[in-house]
Amino acid sequence: MEISILRGEEAQSYNVELENVTLLTVLNHIKTKIDPTLTYSHGCRSGVCGSCAVRVNGREALMCEYKPSDGDLIEPIRNTRVIRDLVVDSGMVERFNCSANTWSEGSDKGNVSEEDASRIETQSDCILCTSCYSACPVYALNPNFIGPFALTRVWRYVNDTREESSNAKLAAVQTNGIWDCTLCGECVPVCPQNIAPKQDITMLRMKSVMMGYQDPNAAMAFGGGLNF
Amino acid sequence: MSKVLIIGSGGAGLVSALSAHESGAEVIVASKTLPTRSQTSMAQGGMNAVLGSDDSIANHITDTLNSSAGLGDENRITFMCEKAPEAIAWCNYIGLPFSRDKEGQIARRRLGGASAPRACYAQDYTGLKLLHTLYDQCLKAGVTFKNERFLLNLIVDEEAKRVLGATFLHIETGEVEEIRADAVILATGGYGNLYGKHSTNSVQASGDGLAAAVRAGAKLADMEFIQFHPTALKGSSILISESARGAGGYLLNAHHERFTDELAPRDVVARAIHDEMAKSGAVFLDIRHLGEEFINHELPQERKLAQIYEEIDPVHELIPIKPSAHYSMGGIEVNAECMSSVKGLFAVGECANHKIHGANRLGGNSLLELVVYGRECGKNATEYGTKNPAPSAESMQLAKDTNFIRGVMYFTNQIDFYQKQEMLANIFYNNVGLVRDDMGLKAVLGAIRQMQKELPFMGPRDKSKICNTNLVEFIEFGNKVELAEIIVVSAISRVESRGAHYRIDAPVRNDRMFGAHTITWKEDGVLCADFMK
Repeated sequence: MEISILRGEEAQSYNVELENVTLLTVLNHIKTKIDPTLTYSHGCRSGVCGSCAVRVNGREALMCEYKPSDGDLIEPIRNTRVIRDLVVDSGMVERFNCSANTWSEGSDKGNVSEEDASRIETQSDCILCTSCYSACPVYALNPNFIGPFALTRVWRYVNDTREESSNAKLAAVQTNGIWDCTLCGECVPVCPQNIAPKQDITMLRMKSVMMGYQDPNAAMAFGGGLNF
Repeated sequence: MSKVLIIGSGGAGLVSALSAHESGAEVIVASKTLPTRSQTSMAQGGMNAVLGSDDSIANHITDTLNSSAGLGDENRITFMCEKAPEAIAWCNYIGLPFSRDKEGQIARRRLGGASAPRACYAQDYTGLKLLHTLYDQCLKAGVTFKNERFLLNLIVDEEAKRVLGATFLHIETGEVEEIRADAVILATGGYGNLYGKHSTNSVQASGDGLAAAVRAGAKLADMEFIQFHPTALKGSSILISESARGAGGYLLNAHHERFTDELAPRDVVARAIHDEMAKSGAVFLDIRHLGEEFINHELPQERKLAQIYEEIDPVHELIPIKPSAHYSMGGIEVNAECMSSVKGLFAVGECANHKIHGANRLGGNSLLELVVYGRECGKNATEYGTKNPAPSAESMQLAKDTNFIRGVMYFTNQIDFYQKQEMLANIFYNNVGLVRDDMGLKAVLGAIRQMQKELPFMGPRDKSKICNTNLVEFIEFGNKVELAEIIVVSAISRVESRGAHYRIDAPVRNDRMFGAHTITWKEDGVLCADFMK
C-alpha cells in the first residue's frame, strides 16, 4: 500500500507492506523502520488522548482509529500553525477554553438524577482532539471564533444541573461565539466521539435568547437603519 | 510567595497544581504533552470510596492491605481510605460528571479484590472525565502551563542534597531551558511502556521522572512490582476495563469453559490466564450475555476498540485477550508528606511509591490515590517552599544538558535504537513478566548491560533542531534502559513470590527474609539495592 504524507510544502510517499492496521500503526512502522524524521503526535492509541488527529483525503480522523487504504493522502489539521509534518500548534485549546470560561464554578449539589446526568454525558466525552476546529470554515474569516470544541464545553457546563448560574458563561460567548457559527455542520461528522457541536451551539443560542440576548445578525437583517 | 514546579500534567500533576495554587503558591506545570493527552485519560474503571452504609471504610482498608501482600503501609492506606469520600465530594464539587444510580447518587461498581461495589465511575471514561474536569479548573485558576517540555534532569545542590529546579528540552524549538523553583513535584507517571507492545500504557509512559530522580540521588522503592492487567486485547494490548468483569463478564479458555474467579485481585487472575493460555492455547473475555444496551451504555469504549483492533463485535463474539503490563507499583520512595530523599523534591501519582498499593494495586485505587495524595502533595510542597526558599545557587546542569543535546547528534548510529527498544520490550514481557526465574532475569540483565554500553553507538538519526521526536524517543529509550537495570536487579534480589512478583523458582512468600521494601539508588553512577522496612 502506498500512502502520501504532506511534509511542509510537499507530499512524500511511502510504500508499506501492512494490511488491515490503523494509520498510526503504519506511521509507527515508517518512523521506526523507514524514515525516523517523520514527525507526528500520538499517545494512547485507543482514541481517548486526542493527540493524533490528522486529515485523511481532506477529512479529519484519529490516526489510531482510521484504517488506511492505498493512495490515501495524510495532512496536518487546518486552521493552525504547522510546527513540523503532522505536528501543529495546539495553543487554541487553552486560548479558546479560557476565553469561553469552560469550567465549573463549583457546586455543593450532591445528588443528580440519571436523566440529568445523561444530559451532559456526550458533551463530556470530548477528548480535545480539535478535529472539529480543523473542519470549521468560520476560521478562514474569523481566527478569534471561539469555535466548536469550546462551545460544546460551554454547553456541557451550562447544561449541568449542578451549576447554579450560567450568566457569565453565556455572556462570554456572545462575541466571537455562538452567533458567528454558520451552523454548516462540518464539525459534526468529523467528531470521533459522536458529539454534535452544531447542536450544542444551537442550544446555547436558545438559552441566550431566553436570557435576553439578541442575535446580532438578526438586528443586522433590518439593515441596521432603524435607529430609534 | 513560594514557587512550585510540577512536572507532568496527568491527574496527579493537575490535582497537585490546584492544591498548590489554593495554598498560595505560584504554580508552573511543565509537561511533554498537552495536559489532556496524558495517561490518566485512559483510566476507565473508577475511583474507590465508601459512600453508603452497605460498605465500610474498614473493608476498603482491609481489601487494600490484603491486595498489597504485606508491602502496604497501614497508616497511609487508612489515611487514603478515610479521605476517599471527601475526595469524591471534591470531584463532584469541581464538576466531574459521574454516572448516577436510580436514587441520583454517584453510581458504584465492583472491581476485582473489592468486597463491595465501591468504584465511583463515569461510564468507562472515569479517567478522561476526571482529567478534563481538572484541566478546566486549572485554566480557571490561572495555572501556567509550559507544554512540550521534555524533562532532562533535576537541578540539585549536591552538598545540601536539595532540589533547585529542572532542565527541559523544549521540543518545538530544540532549545534546552531551565526552570527554577522552591519545590518540585514529579508527577510524570509510570514505566509500563518499557514493555512496548505488551503494555496497555500510552507511549508516553517511559518513566522519565523516575530516571531523572534516580540520577538526582533520590531513592526508588519496589521497582520489580509491575501489575499485569488480566484483560488486554490480544493483538494490540489495548485495555479492556475490569468493569467488564465487574459487570459479570466471564473468562473462557480455548474450549469455551470458565476456569477462574473473574473478580479475584489482578495478579491472581492474570496468572490464571497465563497458565490457561499455556495449557489450552487461548483465553477469551465473554460479555455477550450482558446485552447490547448495557454494553453500549456502560462499556462503549471497549466495544469500539474491539471492533477496530480485533475486528470482532463483543455483543456477538468472544474477545481474544492476554495479560499486559499495566501499572507500575514501584516508584520514587516518598515519606508521608510525599517528599523524596532529595529535599524539596516531591513525587505523586504513579511515578511515586506511597506504599499504598504494595505488591499489587486494586482497581479503583490509583485515581483515588492521585486525588487524595495530589491534594496533600501540592499543599506540602507549597509549605516546604515557603519555609525553605531555594537559594539562587549556581548550577552546571543547564550547561551540561545543553552540551548533551548538542553532543547526542554526533552519536554514531551504527545500532538502531528502535530495534533494541523492541527487543527490550520482548525480553521484558517474556522474562520480567508474570512469571520470572533467576536464569531468565540474569539473561535480561546481561542484555541491558550490553545496551548501556551500546547507547553511544545508537542515537537519533533525525538531525533537525525543530520538533525532533526521534531525539525525544531516543532519550526516552535511555530512561527506559536506566530503569530496566533497576527493575531487573530488584527482581533478582527478591527470591520469593509476592503479589505481582512471581518467581517460579521461589513460589512461596517469605516474610522473614523479604517482608520489606526493595530500595534502590545510585552512588557515583553505581546501582545500590537493599531491603528496608
